[in-house]
Amino acid sequence: MTNTDSDSSDMNNQDSSQALPGDSPKRDTTSLVKATLARRYAAEKRFKFYGIFAIAASLAFLVVLLTSIFIKGWPAFTHTYVKLNLELDADTLGLSDNPTAKELRAANYSGVIKKTMRDRFPDVKKRKAKKELYQLISSSGEYRLYDMVKENPAIIGTTIETWLPADDELAAILKSGDDLSDPDSIVTRMSDQQIGFAKTLKDAGETQTRFNKVFFTNGDSREPEQAGIKAALIGSALTLLVTFMLSFPIAVAAAIYLEEFAPQNKWTDIVEVNINNLAAVPSIVFGLLGLAVFINFFHLPRSAPVVGGIVLSLMTLPTIIIASRAALKAVPPSIREAARGLGASEQQVVWHHVLPLAMPGILTGTIIGLAQALGETAPLLMIGMVAFIVDIPAGFTDAATVLPVQVFLWADSPERAFVEKTSAAIIVLLGFLILMNAVAVMLRKRFERRW
Amino acid sequence: MLTKKGKNKPALLIGAALVTVGLSTQAMARDYISIVGSSTVYPFATVVAERFGKVTDFKTPKIEATGSGGGLKLFCSGIGIDTPDITNSSRRIKSSEFEMCQSNGVTNIVEVLIGYDGIAIANSVEAEQFEMSTQDLFLALAAEVPNPDGSATLVENPYKLWSDINDALPSRRIEVMGPPPTSGTRDAFVELAMEGGCDTFDFIKEMKSSDSDTHKRVCHTMREDGAYVEAGENDNLIVQKLEANPDALGIFGFSFLEQNSDKVQSSVIDGFEADFDSIADGDYAISRPLYFYVKAQHAGTVPGIEEYLAEFTSEGAFGEDGYLADKGMIPLDEEERDEVSNAVSELQALEL
Repeated sequence: MTNTDSDSSDMNNQDSSQALPGDSPKRDTTSLVKATLARRYAAEKRFKFYGIFAIAASLAFLVVLLTSIFIKGWPAFTHTYVKLNLELDADTLGLSDNPTAKELRAANYSGVIKKTMRDRFPDVKKRKAKKELYQLISSSGEYRLYDMVKENPAIIGTTIETWLPADDELAAILKSGDDLSDPDSIVTRMSDQQIGFAKTLKDAGETQTRFNKVFFTNGDSREPEQAGIKAALIGSALTLLVTFMLSFPIAVAAAIYLEEFAPQNKWTDIVEVNINNLAAVPSIVFGLLGLAVFINFFHLPRSAPVVGGIVLSLMTLPTIIIASRAALKAVPPSIREAARGLGASEQQVVWHHVLPLAMPGILTGTIIGLAQALGETAPLLMIGMVAFIVDIPAGFTDAATVLPVQVFLWADSPERAFVEKTSAAIIVLLGFLILMNAVAVMLRKRFERRW
Repeated sequence: MLTKKGKNKPALLIGAALVTVGLSTQAMARDYISIVGSSTVYPFATVVAERFGKVTDFKTPKIEATGSGGGLKLFCSGIGIDTPDITNSSRRIKSSEFEMCQSNGVTNIVEVLIGYDGIAIANSVEAEQFEMSTQDLFLALAAEVPNPDGSATLVENPYKLWSDINDALPSRRIEVMGPPPTSGTRDAFVELAMEGGCDTFDFIKEMKSSDSDTHKRVCHTMREDGAYVEAGENDNLIVQKLEANPDALGIFGFSFLEQNSDKVQSSVIDGFEADFDSIADGDYAISRPLYFYVKAQHAGTVPGIEEYLAEFTSEGAFGEDGYLADKGMIPLDEEERDEVSNAVSELQALEL
């Protein structure tokens, strides 16, 4: 006792003499505290400020990112149409009196559109000027016309008034609200003459900007005004469905076994460590695995949602297992004991009591895992889902792509109108992520029980 | 117990169904064309594919951008519906790749030359246009250059300003943004522009036969002291950066120059600007041929291959005024086009 006392007093003496050289060693605690108080308060304030600054900075980044995406992407949700009085003359179309389906398909629809444009601007004579004039209408106009004729062949020989989609450049300058009477002030690839045509059409009320339905009903296209996200959306949905159906049951089963039944030994420790490691493996590795195992060995089709789903479920499995185990752990032992006390078997304890109570937590983990999978591109590169897909996939083995890949592909396209499509696709993707996370929050709020 | 069983069954059934779906499809034939390969050809091939899907009864082909090398590897991996039917390439097939194809049973390959792609050196329209030679470009961008005192030795690149290289050039810092080494555009730029400029020096040119390793190192190595900036694979990004920085030059594909002609202008290289005519005539030095290769053994098994070839080699597509030219591909001349369409209609097998 005496030993330690003398030791500590020695220490004290040394400390104070080191901290305040030359000062008397007999200073009381209050004055010591007072001397440093201002500095400690200041440190506290600084620390608070760092925290607030960090939050403000990250919020600012987020706001800048979101506003720039929204400002860029907004125009993609509308598109400009041009009113045309199309004379569906059988001669111009190159059709006989009783055209077959094949003839209808091969008919010269673009010729009709070009003729209409020529009639609208009768002054245009030169070849180059005519070409510029034709460029104002999207090349998808002819397919649209074909669809109309196929639906109702009776319109052949009549004149119909219809709205056809404008070319992406024309749409861009009309949507931008620039002053068309001053062509020099507009940054565009269009010639002054084309801007002149645009002004004439606009002043005559023959252009109209509408909601861009095509964006939600079409697959990918190389013409920006024709490109849509439906194929990618369906692809994402199919892929996530496979992911969910594989990873949810497997992960929950694994979590239940590890949490409720597994003996505590070396083996379960190894399994546990590896699950945690798996959660940290870069996703591209799963892509390579998918290529080697599912495509090269099992010969599943390339670019198919079924393979994408399997690969992504490998990636989400550890996330769901970890979340499910945490949820199961949170169910208090008293529930299990009470069930056992009433004569329930181990299985009944799990299925009737523990699992239902843990479900909200498990589902939250699952949704977060799936939201991660929704945003993933790297592993899909290896299994061929980074592809140009026009046709809407109809099943799990059809060639498909997913939303983030669509964003990637459009960001790399030369046509400028794809910039707004890229941002619009990001908006849709973000929308889905927010929706999924909102569901997770809702589930938690509604069903979670605090113990 | 009963409820538990009832709950479990659908999940099991669905899982079993999934497995069967997956395994059964490989036995079925593929009803669409599968295309892989170069990301340079991708924007052109996709236009043809889309049109093909619309005007015929066939499904739209699926096109993956895997890069030329990756595409040929997949293409040559064998015969059968789980291998691609066509691969796009921004260079000719190498003899090693051809042999790999042969040894894997891909013995009947049809080569289709579709056109040319230019690589543009451009800057913002707000700055003055550059006029230079491939030699100037080499001196500005190579890691090692001939000694400025005129002796036949190599020194580390000393040039900081454009005017250091050539008095006619502006006295501005050398700053060129271009693609990273993983990009095919970079390969082509190095081979055509850098090597072209490199070989204007006689003593380096002689090395090609005497010491080809050094020749390759000197001609193909870009400097890494900040004058050449690797700006990523995305050409749109380079265009945006040029717009923001009028002092810099950028290297990217011709179709991006075409689409952004209101923002960036091509530099004049060896007297010619990158435009349609100069690339088609071969006057503009930095341009490369674009190909695709077809597995003729798949024609007849996978529906639509011959029709896709016909569409691609039709005058409306790869012709002078075809829609591929509208997208920025430089068409072949008439004679070459005739030759290609004849070879294609007969499915002439490639021999190396």
